[in-house]
Amino acid sequence: MRYAASLTTILVLLWLGISGVYKPLILGLGVASIALVVWISRRMDVVGVEHNPALYSWRLPLYWGWLLWQIIVANLQVAACALQPSRLRPSVVRVPVPHKTAVGKVTYANSVTLTPGTVTLLLNPGEMTVHALHPASREDLESGAMAQRILWLEAGRSDSGADA
Amino acid sequence: MAELLDVLSGILLLAGGAFAIIGGIGLVRFPDFYTRLHAGGITDTLTALLIVGGLVLQSGFSLLTVKLLLILLFLLFTTPTATHALARAAMADGLEPEGDADRAAERRDGAESSNT
Repeated sequence: MRYAASLTTILVLLWLGISGVYKPLILGLGVASIALVVWISRRMDVVGVEHNPALYSWRLPLYWGWLLWQIIVANLQVAACALQPSRLRPSVVRVPVPHKTAVGKVTYANSVTLTPGTVTLLLNPGEMTVHALHPASREDLESGAMAQRILWLEAGRSDSGADA
Repeated sequence: MAELLDVLSGILLLAGGAFAIIGGIGLVRFPDFYTRLHAGGITDTLTALLIVGGLVLQSGFSLLTVKLLLILLFLLFTTPTATHALARAAMADGLEPEGDADRAAERRDGAESSNT
């Protein structure tokens, strides 16, 4: 029930943010469609611990801010490579994945792919295989800074959640 | 004030365009499939950030801003999935990346014993 409530809140905010037309008929249609989506989601059993973004609390925006900065820095490195391809030193590395929850693992793998210069090839239990474009991006990854940030993000969950 | 915002958003939009072109150059110049994925990553991330940032400065603080930020949010959530799907498809097809794990380890050991 708690998950249905937070899903409803998020959908209401999304609808109000996108619509911009606040007439009774349109609002009524919005309420009806949100109710339908929540009902279908509950029937499909996809409303649960893992799918609830509200669990990440205040730590998520901080992580996004840090990730944004990493993306900008990594982009400049890849752009330099594009202009001077002799800098390329592609390699494949395995890095440990210390996270317990499925959401933590997916966040890590997705963040690595999102950062230019590193692409996740395979995610196995306990480790993942990553393609790195040049030594700097590989060292960033092997330093484990991003994994630490996501551990911190995981620790901030208000509910420990189901294991993967 | 309005002029300052116009100039600032113009700079962001131009920088976004410049990085899109650099991403395109990388896409053509990089040697194999996996390295080209990284070049595509520039247009996925920094270009999208800069262009949406420039457009947000144009739209001011309104519902339009919310929509623009939602576009950015969905882009940043979906592009890694697409990139990963491409990489997985290439791996499933047996395409070997240049510089495999063993050679990378050798290179790293070599680099540590020398200067970098």
